[in-house]
Amino acid sequence: MIRTKGQKVFSAVNGLLMLLVAAVALFPFLHEVSKSISDEAAVMAGDVGLIPIGFNLRTYRVVLGTYDFWRSLAVSAVITVAGTVLQIVVLSLAAYPLSRRVFPGKRIFLFLFVFTMLFNGGLIPTYLVVKSLGLLDKLWALILPGLVNVFNLILLRNYFLTVPDSLEDSARIDGCSNLTVFARIVFPLSLPAVATIAVYCAVSYWNGYFGALIYISSKTLQPLSIYLRTMVIEADSQLVNLNPELANLNPESLRSATVVAATLPILLVYPFLQRYFVKGALVGAVKE
Amino acid sequence: MAGERELRELRRPGWTFRFLAGNYDLYLMILPALVLLFLFNYLPMYGAVIAFKDYNFMGGIQGSPWVGFTHFQRLFQEREFYRILRNTLLISFYRIVFQFPLPILLAILLNEVGNMFFKRVVQTVTYMPHFLSWVIVGSLVIDLLSPNSGIINDACRSLGLPEITLMSKASFRGIVVVSQAWKETGWSAIIYLAAILSINPELYEVAIVDGAGRLRQTWHITLPGILTTIVFILLLRIGALMSTDVEQILMLYNPLVYETGDVIGTYVYRTGLGKMEFSYTTAIGLFQSVVGFVLLVGANRVSRKYTNTGMW
Repeated sequence: MIRTKGQKVFSAVNGLLMLLVAAVALFPFLHEVSKSISDEAAVMAGDVGLIPIGFNLRTYRVVLGTYDFWRSLAVSAVITVAGTVLQIVVLSLAAYPLSRRVFPGKRIFLFLFVFTMLFNGGLIPTYLVVKSLGLLDKLWALILPGLVNVFNLILLRNYFLTVPDSLEDSARIDGCSNLTVFARIVFPLSLPAVATIAVYCAVSYWNGYFGALIYISSKTLQPLSIYLRTMVIEADSQLVNLNPELANLNPESLRSATVVAATLPILLVYPFLQRYFVKGALVGAVKE
Repeated sequence: MAGERELRELRRPGWTFRFLAGNYDLYLMILPALVLLFLFNYLPMYGAVIAFKDYNFMGGIQGSPWVGFTHFQRLFQEREFYRILRNTLLISFYRIVFQFPLPILLAILLNEVGNMFFKRVVQTVTYMPHFLSWVIVGSLVIDLLSPNSGIINDACRSLGLPEITLMSKASFRGIVVVSQAWKETGWSAIIYLAAILSINPELYEVAIVDGAGRLRQTWHITLPGILTTIVFILLLRIGALMSTDVEQILMLYNPLVYETGDVIGTYVYRTGLGKMEFSYTTAIGLFQSVVGFVLLVGANRVSRKYTNTGMW
């Protein structure tokens, strides 16, 4: 391709602009990392920018030595694993009949599912239902109410639609039941879609905050999001009581270290899962 | 999906009975999802009748006395209701005006990057904030805007500009829109990038032969090529005018900025669960759901008509 001078200038400016965009996306987090490992005095004075001043890992020793941190991390892990496995099982079981060409009642079922995307009973009635089911202050309250994610259900169903009929037919002629056809043929062939949805699902369970805020009152059942929020807002005084070592620790450094420690699990898996994320976004973009 | 065999079945009389007898397991498969849907989506819709009742713990949803439209009458008389309605709509509106164009711009510029590796890196980095929770992003915002040691206010002071803090009514909505833009712009660009990639490359070749530069190619080929996508996403946003990201507001707001920052979702949470005003806040929630429903259905209808794409 012939490139004029103007095009070269444009490419350079555009490249710089994209570099700037990437920098803006990264900056707040790098700043936080830098604050968390800088000298506490420098953090207190507000001198730390992108480059750490001094070096100090005491905050991390405190954060990682806090029992509550690990306990809430474990709670988040339990919710994420249990929620993701259950959601995949329930949604793919439901998506299979909905993907069949002949399934009396299909249109009614689809309508019932999609309608919940358009209209909901609201916060208070949902809270009252969860309460009357006896789920208040139980981890089930964080797993079950959002389990039937209709968006994910539709994605799965659309993927199941692409499994060739001939494969299913031959299995059925061999005497397989619908459940066997699903478990042996359709589900295994749809693993790429299942993986994508599992990743989405896991991220939303891991990040969940509001559910825990309204349903969970026991400290022992608080997920990481609630612990982190408590640290950020109410931090100082409470923690000092809990841990005498914190008495002379700068709350801002501590906050930075907690935020970084809580973000790391996501950042560590992100590069490996990114392609699934993007695939999912594009599947969602293509309409039925 | 059903195959040949089932279609042959369909042509024989009495097929429904035979189908149900041989395929009852299909209904067992869909059952768990339907049960959960009934419990956590349809029961709350029924529970919303307490908007027309005076909910008390003794009577519960069924036994509490009916009061008709009392709560709705109160609603339209409260100054606070207009405040949260205004804030909800304004934040959505600012998001459409200021945040909505950003991913389109990013996608177009990103598409112009020739170096594949560099493009991939920029994409990876800009998608990342989407996967951080609002608790984390909220913490970052609080930290950056801290009045004493926050780096942004440090810069503002040395440049002689007024400080931007989460305690200021004037800047709160701006902070909400900007932090949302920071979190979502990269991710939202994906759909436009995909739309750009689906444009027929011959169109560009013809334009180059005709002597069109980059800018003209963008204006005459790229933009028209992704116009359907743009309109579709815009309509989606209009359909969602009544909803705000409650977790985001909860992370950032405080009593000092309720005047400009309190939205329907946060008010219902505080007043409903905090002050136990179940019936009144259910009425507010119902108002929000109904208006949101009408907006979505309307937006979908317009979308079907003008872009041939619908949400359902």
